[in-house]
Amino acid sequence: MSIQSTNSLSGSDLTSPEDKHEETVIQVRDIHKIYQMGETPVHALRGVSLEINRGEFVAIMGASGSGKSTFMNILGCLDKPSSGQYFLEGIDVSGLNKKQLAGIRNRKIGFVFQGFNLLARTTALENTELPTLYARIDKTERHQRAVDALKMVGLGDRIDHFPSQLSGGQQQRVAIARALVNRPSILLADEPTGNLDSRTSVELMEIFQALNEKGLTIILVTHEHDIAQFTKRNIVFRDGKVRRDDAIVNRVRAAEALKTMPAIED
Amino acid sequence: MDLLSTLRIAFRALARNKMRSTLTMLGIIIGVGAVIAMVGIGQGADQTVQRQIANLGSNMLFVSSGSMNLGGLRLGWGATKTLVGEDVAAMLRECPAVAAAAPGTQTSAQVVYENDNWGTRITGSTPEYFDIRTWDFQSGTGFISDDVTNAANVAVIGDTVRKNLFPSIEAVGKTIRIGNLPFKVIGVLVAKGQSPAMSEDQDDTIIVPLTTLQKKITGQPWLRFVMVSAKSRSGSYAAQQQIESLLRDRHRIRADQSDDFTVRNLADMADLASEASKVMTGLLASIAGVSLLVGGIGIMNIMLVSVTERTREIGIRMAIGATEGDVQQQFLIEAVVMSLIGGVVGIAVGVSASLSIAATAGWPILVSGTAIAGATAIAMAIGIFFGYYPAQKAASLDPIEALRYE
Repeated sequence: MSIQSTNSLSGSDLTSPEDKHEETVIQVRDIHKIYQMGETPVHALRGVSLEINRGEFVAIMGASGSGKSTFMNILGCLDKPSSGQYFLEGIDVSGLNKKQLAGIRNRKIGFVFQGFNLLARTTALENTELPTLYARIDKTERHQRAVDALKMVGLGDRIDHFPSQLSGGQQQRVAIARALVNRPSILLADEPTGNLDSRTSVELMEIFQALNEKGLTIILVTHEHDIAQFTKRNIVFRDGKVRRDDAIVNRVRAAEALKTMPAIED
Repeated sequence: MDLLSTLRIAFRALARNKMRSTLTMLGIIIGVGAVIAMVGIGQGADQTVQRQIANLGSNMLFVSSGSMNLGGLRLGWGATKTLVGEDVAAMLRECPAVAAAAPGTQTSAQVVYENDNWGTRITGSTPEYFDIRTWDFQSGTGFISDDVTNAANVAVIGDTVRKNLFPSIEAVGKTIRIGNLPFKVIGVLVAKGQSPAMSEDQDDTIIVPLTTLQKKITGQPWLRFVMVSAKSRSGSYAAQQQIESLLRDRHRIRADQSDDFTVRNLADMADLASEASKVMTGLLASIAGVSLLVGGIGIMNIMLVSVTERTREIGIRMAIGATEGDVQQQFLIEAVVMSLIGGVVGIAVGVSASLSIAATAGWPILVSGTAIAGATAIAMAIGIFFGYYPAQKAASLDPIEALRYE
């Protein structure tokens, strides 16, 4: 199985990088998160402030317990900060109710999880269509968008396959198609390569890089330095705070890296 | 999410656990089936009783001589000699709610035809008797007023008498003997069967002109009963009151004395019987309703299991944008689909059960549209009621926890 080249991504209506540079997509101001574990309060985030611009490709790293997962949940509008503000495309998300947050998750955020999280016994196409169902998009458009999204990740010929009939890499690509189908502002990927072998991981990073080149903002949580090297910016969390925030200097091109890797038989 | 997609998801989820869904639906199937069958049986029984009562005569009242309750002492018919022909004439004249009246008396006698004989009731009455009792002839005709005036020796026989005396030959035109008197059979009545009110075989009787019986057989000029038909069913209560006050007046009964006659109203009996069968139907239906309740609890149970099993799926759906309302709707629809399918199958089961019971018991087949509509509505309500809590539970899951659920 070979990965589709980047030109299969052309024709997508992701915004082009030129006119969107320097536009702030995410602005986080002094976010704290305190969980109450029985009697003891656990301080998961202790004042995080950062900005992410459109078109960035960010890797968030940190040991377990560093607060990176909590931060991702807040960025993904699955959780609310205890204090501080979070602006997503200028909207103060911290002030929204549950229903509004569901709407934001549906239209502005695309999720990719470590465990793929596809619905079993549901075809790739139907899995991809799911967010459009909740967006109340009409049937023909739903179908078209899902097919387009699957083609974008190189699975145009497997739309009727069930997750159990797909390899791990293919399942994760279905999950990416699902994340993209509502044309979100940001793509959040939580350890997307955690369940994949190294070659498939790099193949996946190739897709992410291609999407990013088309203007998609991607935020990726990982604990693998190799994976972080494919991104453009590296934010490291420790003890609930941002410890480092660097641009990646020698960014690795996934397409180049694949050439040096031995091919794995499927 | 639109309803059609939600329905598709619900059907798919149910199809994924066919055995479990079927067993859960079975609870509703049995419940709805039982309710429909029980209501059907109750209504069928009610209609049977009503039909039997209506069979006694149209809007009929039965006036008998002698009080049924004289100071706690129950006396039978004919205990008094005060009910006479002039009373009947006065009823027709003075009681506006009375449409027709047929005076009568009765005795028992042995009847002989050739070598066969049969002991039966001999009723003496007037031609109106057949109209009031809406009693038709299977052959021949009834007697006419001239026969009453002339005390003619003519007889109309009931079906039971015909079976015993004329099992294989035509009865009309033959001569029978009642006591020592010869009577010509001029008509045979159609079979009416057992009387529900008096528990006697209505067909085991011979009807002769009133005067013939009075003068030639009993020698008693008074009446034992008057059959009265009211102008309408609702008018039968008015007729009863009018007859009662007329007879008290004519019989010079003082206010502190009890009646020397009894008026029984068939509408009254019908209402009483109908009341009884309504109570029975209600009782049967509520027992069946308990099984419906148990079925509903079964749905709730399975939905709770399903919510737990699909916690991760709920988490995924929420993460990609399902609102609490979407999740709640999905599980609610699933419960309603289950209970509605159960309801529809239950209706089929209940209808076929009541049909076969009706066929066995010889009752009229009664499957009312109301019962079916009601059962469907109840099944749906059960789905919503018992599906609500599990659906609420699903909707209130925390998406982060749900996604982490193994």
